[in-house]
Order: sequence, then C-alpha cells, then structure tokens
Amino acid sequence: MAEIQSNEGGGKKKKGGSKQKKLSVHIDFTPMVDMNMLLITFFMLCTSLSKPQTMEISMPSNDKKITEQDRDKVKASQAITLVLSGNDSLFYYTGQPDYKNYNSLKLSSFNPQDPEGLRAFLLKRNSDAVYKINELKKKKMLREITQEQFTKQVSDLKNGKQTPVVIIKASDRATYKNLIDALDEMQICNIGKYVIDKITPGDFFLIKNYDSKGTYSSKFATK
Amino acid sequence: MSKVKVARKSTRIDMTAMSDVTVLLLTFFMLTSTFVKKEPVQVTTPASVSEIKIPETNILSILIDPQGKVFMSMDKQGDMINTLDSVGNQYGITFTQKEKDKFKLLPTFGVDIKQMKEFLAKKPEVQDKILANYGIPTDSINNQFKVWVQKARKNNSELRIAIKADQKTPYKVIKDVMTSLQDLRENRYNLITALKNETAK
Repeated sequence: MAEIQSNEGGGKKKKGGSKQKKLSVHIDFTPMVDMNMLLITFFMLCTSLSKPQTMEISMPSNDKKITEQDRDKVKASQAITLVLSGNDSLFYYTGQPDYKNYNSLKLSSFNPQDPEGLRAFLLKRNSDAVYKINELKKKKMLREITQEQFTKQVSDLKNGKQTPVVIIKASDRATYKNLIDALDEMQICNIGKYVIDKITPGDFFLIKNYDSKGTYSSKFATK
Repeated sequence: MSKVKVARKSTRIDMTAMSDVTVLLLTFFMLTSTFVKKEPVQVTTPASVSEIKIPETNILSILIDPQGKVFMSMDKQGDMINTLDSVGNQYGITFTQKEKDKFKLLPTFGVDIKQMKEFLAKKPEVQDKILANYGIPTDSINNQFKVWVQKARKNNSELRIAIKADQKTPYKVIKDVMTSLQDLRENRYNLITALKNETAK
C-alpha cells in the first residue's frame, strides 16, 4: 500500500524546471503492525519467560561397601533431626533421640513468623555463622571482597566445625512441598551440612509418644 | 461572507512508530523466552529461595505427578533413540526405524516398555491424550525407571538429572525415585522449584 504523493502544486513553477520534484513516500505500516502483534501474541502464549529455578542436592551414597570408618560421625550435640510428618506437621529433636521423655520431641512449624518455628530455632542454633555471613554480605555489597572470595568464605563458614548438622527425615505422608520447604530453610539459615535420611521406626515411636503425652512409652516401661 | 469551508482531513495515522514498538517487543520476547514443553500432566512446583538456573542442555528431566506417575523427557533426540534401543534390548524388544522416528518426536515419554510398541503405533493426538494414564513403573519388582536412567546415563555421561514434582506429591513416591537414583549412584541431581522471595532477617 505504498503510495507516492507527487506534489505538483497546480502547475505553478518555481525557479525553472530543472530542479527535481520532491517526492514524499508514504508507506502504510498497518499490515506490518498487524503481523507483529500476531507474532507477539504467539510468543507470549507459547513460551515461558523465566527459566525454572533449581535446587542442587547431593544425596549420600547408599553403597553397602562403605565401612563404618569412612562415614562421617556427627557429634550428638550438633545434630538436629527434623521429622516431617503428615498434614504439614514438623517435629524436631536435638542429639540422640530420648524415647523415655516425650518432651524431647518438639513440635515446630514451617511458618517463618512463628517464634517456635523451624526458622527461628535454626537461626538461633546457627547464629554464629549467620552473623558472620551477613557481615560478609555487607562487605560484598561495599565491594570490599570479590565474588570468589565471598563464595569461598561462605562455604568455609557453612562447613565449619561448630555449625549444626541437620538430618531431615520425612515420613510417607509428608508431601514434596514439605521436603522442599525444609531444604529451603537450610539455605535461608545458612546450614551447610544437612542430609535426607530414611525415617526409622524409632521416629514414629517418638511421634506417637508425643501425641499421647508419654503414656505410650510408659506402657513399654512397665512391661 | 463566504461559507466557512471545512477542510477534509485525511485520517491516515503514521504507523511507523507503532511498528517500531512491536518489532522491539517481538525481539525481546524471542530472545528472552524459552518454549514451553508439552507435559502430560499439570505440575505445580513448590517455591524455594534457590536462585540457581537450570542448565539448558543435557537434561534428563523426571516429571512426577501428584498421583505418583513418573514421566521422563530428554532434550536430545539422538540420546532418546539410543536410550530406547538399549532399554528395548534389556527387555528383549526391538523397535523398527519407523517406531524410533516416532519416539524421538515425543516431548515426554512414560510408558511401560512392553506397551511402548502399541503406544507408538497410535496417532500423536491420541498419544497426548492417553499418556497421562500411563507412567513408568517404579515399584521394586518392575523398576523400569531405574533401567531408563541407567541406559540414559550410559549413552550420555554429561546428563544432568532434574526432578520436577508437584508440591502435593506424597514423599513416598519421591523416596522411591530417590532410592532408585541412589542405587544407580546418581547422588547429585537438581530439584526444580519456582521462585520465592524471602530472606532471613
């Protein structure tokens, strides 16, 4: 639909006829715009803008050949065991499980605002590392240290001797979201050492004992 | 007094600027977006604060739906054919060239290997519809999922495994998949999540 408008001006001649006539070229872009809009609509509907995020995870090998000596032993004082149960409920205990005292198992929640929740608890346990990492983050913001230095120092802090070790145990009734939430808390609370482990009958016992406020274990004790 | 003549104005609008804008937008969308893969089941991934992006190539993605059905997809067609061949060998099934050509075009696969021939003979539209009813068997007696992963790894050692599961999936299913991967000594893999903005104070 391109059209050329010749401006003849009704036959009036200006200063001789040797000058070339000025031609203004108008191109109608409407079909072009139509087509582009169509293409944009197509791309908007058929593609996804953001690439999905991922969480990298390394599981322990369940190779039977690994001997007891090769395994990393965790100090009982550093160990925190999370038990993910059904209905989004979450329990934790520190150190060795205490089957006699039902209070050793604590009910917690994924709610970040909850003062008894997992986040508050882990931040408190890991306060040293969290504090140092926040310092490092500030330094990085002020460009005092480079990205590489930052990453290295953070990983050193996360894997330090004093940091807690979290064992995540999920029961069959827990959902995938619970697991991801728990793993997420590890990242938020800067915990470098965590592992997903299989739930044991002992953990079920602890939950049952907690629910019955200790009567479950006393039944066994009297026998 | 002469009559006031109303000049006829042409209502033509210059579309050049508009065209510029649309082309710019088009370029932006073409460069930043990736195509959505057709998936047999709708999966809502849980959100996490992790900001690691998934690499673009050499991905073996494992899709798990809330009922625990497992599907797989690979991004390289050559790998898909080789993997199908080796899995077929394991179960004593040979595929014709035509079937292989059909298989490599599948965006996601997840059919019991014994029903694969039957499935591949169907039309693509029908395949899309019924794929959600299948799923790779993962139970301990007939763990074809393990065989698929093993063969895929053999054909491409740089393959990265990504698990994409619905947030309502029971942990039992995830555990089965994770245990199978552990048995194959695939101890490092990615869990696909959506983005969540949250940091500790």
